[in-house]
Amino acid sequence: MAYSDKVLDHYSNPRNVGSLDKRDPHVGTGMVGAPECGDVMKLQIKVDEQSGVILDAKFKTFGCGSAIASSSLATEWLKGKTVDEALTIKNTDIVNELSLPPVKIHCSVLAEDAIRAAISDFKIKQESRNAAVSVLA
Amino acid sequence: MKKPIYLDNHATTPLDPRVLEAMLPYFTERFGNAASRNHSFGWEAEKAVDDARKKIADLIGASSKEIVFTSGATESNNLSIKGVAEMYAEKGNHIITPATEHKAVLDTCKHLEKSGCRVTYLPVQGDGLVDLDMLREAITPQTILISVMYANNETGVIQPIAEIGKIAKERGVLFHSDAVQAVGKVPVNVVRDNIDLLSLSGHKIYGPKGVGALYVRRRNPRVQLSSQMDGGGHERGMRSGTLNVPGIVGLGEACAICQREMPEEAARLGRLRDRLRAKLEAELDEVYINGTMEHRLPNNLNMSFAYVEGESLLMGINDVAVSSGSACTSATLEPSYVLKALGVGDELAHTSIRFGLGRFNTEEEIDYVANRVTEVVRKLRELSPLYEMYKEGVDLSKVQWAAH
Repeated sequence: MAYSDKVLDHYSNPRNVGSLDKRDPHVGTGMVGAPECGDVMKLQIKVDEQSGVILDAKFKTFGCGSAIASSSLATEWLKGKTVDEALTIKNTDIVNELSLPPVKIHCSVLAEDAIRAAISDFKIKQESRNAAVSVLA
Repeated sequence: MKKPIYLDNHATTPLDPRVLEAMLPYFTERFGNAASRNHSFGWEAEKAVDDARKKIADLIGASSKEIVFTSGATESNNLSIKGVAEMYAEKGNHIITPATEHKAVLDTCKHLEKSGCRVTYLPVQGDGLVDLDMLREAITPQTILISVMYANNETGVIQPIAEIGKIAKERGVLFHSDAVQAVGKVPVNVVRDNIDLLSLSGHKIYGPKGVGALYVRRRNPRVQLSSQMDGGGHERGMRSGTLNVPGIVGLGEACAICQREMPEEAARLGRLRDRLRAKLEAELDEVYINGTMEHRLPNNLNMSFAYVEGESLLMGINDVAVSSGSACTSATLEPSYVLKALGVGDELAHTSIRFGLGRFNTEEEIDYVANRVTEVVRKLRELSPLYEMYKEGVDLSKVQWAAH
């Protein structure tokens, strides 16, 4: 199968590879997929508490080139967006941007799932923290 | 060193230039039909076919009359299994074959199941070998055929063919072996191994594509087959169709070269394969060999690079042609069923790479491949959340994965 130039670019020069401290209250972590399915994505965001803007995003992916490219692209798109804006990213946006063939659409779905999982993790942390703060108050 | 480097010789092999040279006249000036009995064009073609038949028979310890030409091993497998099932239907309807066979055997068996045959798909052991006791137990009075591949196309694991042949003979069951990967690579002898039917192919032994052969035993016992192609009654009525003379000449020459050069070539490829393995194992942690190394083709290495998905690895080593057991590289989007049958977990099957060395590979190429694979595996492990977790001491088997 031939890969699109953009997939090749993200595969060769993946953006924002790495890990953030998952215990940091400002960090949301999403881990989706399973090793036996052949792809696992870990996507993390660091959010500014006041503005809700995503300051940093990192990923690590076990999977094919398209899965790596999808998650790499997702981190690029996440940076600078607010959490609410980030929730509007759809897998079809990733499919279009990377020209993914039909057999690789699940890679984009996984990336969307990872974004949502990371945001959800961040929100849960915030809520439990706010709850803790209100108890203290 | 020319790139890309071809290391996928289980899929197909390049044509040996000596084979091409032997074939060329039969496309042009010696174009006769081997079935034309009344003029020199036909006689010339017939002689070429007879010479080729002899060379093929010699390579596998058969006699010329026992060789039937086909379009390739898929046809040879179909003809032998369907041909036996039809011809011996009154004797029984049961076939035994291992779960690790090529699709040309498995799907032929599945086809026969629809028309009333019963098939036992024999599990294999963790090393890839058939359990002989299980095979013995699977045989019933209804069993008419045991079909076991000589060497596996993914793992290179060589089955205990002589023992299986002995069991089949003792129990009066016909024995077919798909030997495409083994013929020309390791010594194959249908007499020693008690093989009744054997499939081989041209393009796996540096011969042309589109030509193969089926060995059909003529004595003790005389094997009969129902033909699967009707027509002019060529090949003793077993396979009609005008003979592909240039292809057959090529197959014959390919066999003759294998016979002459096999001991030296097998030793050389074995050394190169061991060198590749040693380099990869020295440079990388968490690599696993799939299938036994003890009973294996000298040109095969099947290795899993844990925490690195196979297709992404292939993408990284894009100047090296190999194949992977990963789901992403298969038509079915399932990881290798062969590795699964060996008990290799899906997570490791997704990370497997098959290296198939061949006649034209050099030591320089092997060293280059070892370095490239090492480099790309390291890079992809930097990207792998699983490798990170493994390094942190997380037991991946205990993680609750959000499977999709």
